[in-house]
Amino acid sequence: MTVPAELHYTPEHEWVAISGDVASIGITDHAQKALGDVVFVSVPAAGTRVTAGEPCGEVESTKSVSDLYSPVDGEVTEVNPEIDDDPGLVNSDPYGAGWLFRVKVDESDGDTPPGLLSAAEYSALTKEEE
Amino acid sequence: MWRSSFPVGSLSVTDTAAPQPQHQARRTPLTHVHEQLGATLTDFAGWLMPLRYGSETAEHNAVRTAAGLFDLSHMGELSVTGPGASAALDYALVGAMSALRPGRARYTMICAEDGGVIDDLIVYRLADAEYLIVANAANAATVSRALGERAAGYEATVTDRTADYALIALQGPHAARILAALTDADLSEIKYYASYSAKVAGRPVLLARTGYTGEDGFELYVSPEDAEYLWAALTEAGSPHGLIPAGLAARDSLRLEAGMPLYGNELSRDITPYDAGLGWVVKLDKESDFVGKAALAAKAGEPPQRQLVGLTSQSRRVPRHGYDVLWNGSACGTVTSGTPSPTLGAPIAMAYVRPEVAVAAEAARSGLAVDVRGRPEPATLVPLPFYKRPA
Repeated sequence: MTVPAELHYTPEHEWVAISGDVASIGITDHAQKALGDVVFVSVPAAGTRVTAGEPCGEVESTKSVSDLYSPVDGEVTEVNPEIDDDPGLVNSDPYGAGWLFRVKVDESDGDTPPGLLSAAEYSALTKEEE
Repeated sequence: MWRSSFPVGSLSVTDTAAPQPQHQARRTPLTHVHEQLGATLTDFAGWLMPLRYGSETAEHNAVRTAAGLFDLSHMGELSVTGPGASAALDYALVGAMSALRPGRARYTMICAEDGGVIDDLIVYRLADAEYLIVANAANAATVSRALGERAAGYEATVTDRTADYALIALQGPHAARILAALTDADLSEIKYYASYSAKVAGRPVLLARTGYTGEDGFELYVSPEDAEYLWAALTEAGSPHGLIPAGLAARDSLRLEAGMPLYGNELSRDITPYDAGLGWVVKLDKESDFVGKAALAAKAGEPPQRQLVGLTSQSRRVPRHGYDVLWNGSACGTVTSGTPSPTLGAPIAMAYVRPEVAVAAEAARSGLAVDVRGRPEPATLVPLPFYKRPA
């Protein structure tokens, strides 16, 4: 199971990549493995406001549906245009081509948004669950 | 994450989302093989079973285009033997088992006095006075008990032989050519729903041309000691033909495409064979009395209260077990099973709806929908099965 060191994570099995005041968000390798083949992803539309810890979409796989939570407060700036036609990108490349949406983070001063886990903390968390 | 997971069978697979299932679940003779293969395991009816090995879509597609190998050792096997075995089964089950020729198998059901289905079964007649009944894992104990009670007045012995069997299924268009390399049995002589005692890779096997996928294929009833060897032999013979192992997730999407019912979804104690469109299993005119006869005879004469229909969804959000079916915005039924269909390229579902809605929806161009977590998704009525293998 891959847990890239440079990313941040949430206990809901999402990864967050911070670049300036924009957070890119997707689900982790652990999540895609547990879900199985992803068949549909519902993400908030560009322009929508999202709140940290609140559900803002869904990831549907063959056998389950999971809520997608926003890890940060802010406004959605972009959604992955490839995901609609090819939801399998979430399985094949969860940290790259399988990114889901981007958020302009509120009151960002370049610091990491609060409440996120480091790669080490996330790895420890998933080991505990197993 | 993991807000909801959907039944594979009548049990949730929520456990798979918290990756390691309970270790008190029973292991089959092949569980360690699945672990070595890196399968995602799940607790299914108290058994530790492979849900998927990699991609369940790839496993599904392999069965449709080449072959898949399944461990079905969790199923219940009950033997019914003795001079009174036929008569006992004619009484205990809704079908005419006495009319089954040795070497043949039949799909049937065991019902309660009120006509409700206790389980759906495959019955193999191995000899004049010897039957093998295969029950769903979740119902094996119940069926064993019911059969034992019902056979009490007959010269017949009911024995639970689940522990004496491992069950491997080889399913797909390449199944016969894969198996042919491992056996001297003339597979062209083993027709659909026939069984035959043979040697496969040198080991004794009850070979049956039955399955739950809608493809040609075989189910191999073997001794637990031979299971691992046979699994390896089949894998070696089959890999060059595209054979891959396939788990319970693929098993479910395959059977749904083939329009086959699943106990716990389309069938239950509250449902009669007639509700499910399977009234043909009930042989009201067989000579013997049987458990549920009066109730089923009455049901057969009544107008149906509900009809099992097939739906395809026009969105990619999948109609799931328990979701409401809507006709022009009003609830008119319930989804029993739903899955993305790799073969059809759209979600498919079975549902019970009011018969008049089934008629109206067939005639109309629009109006049918499924409430998928608060949003109505347009659906189309389609005849079952969704998929039939090419002749």
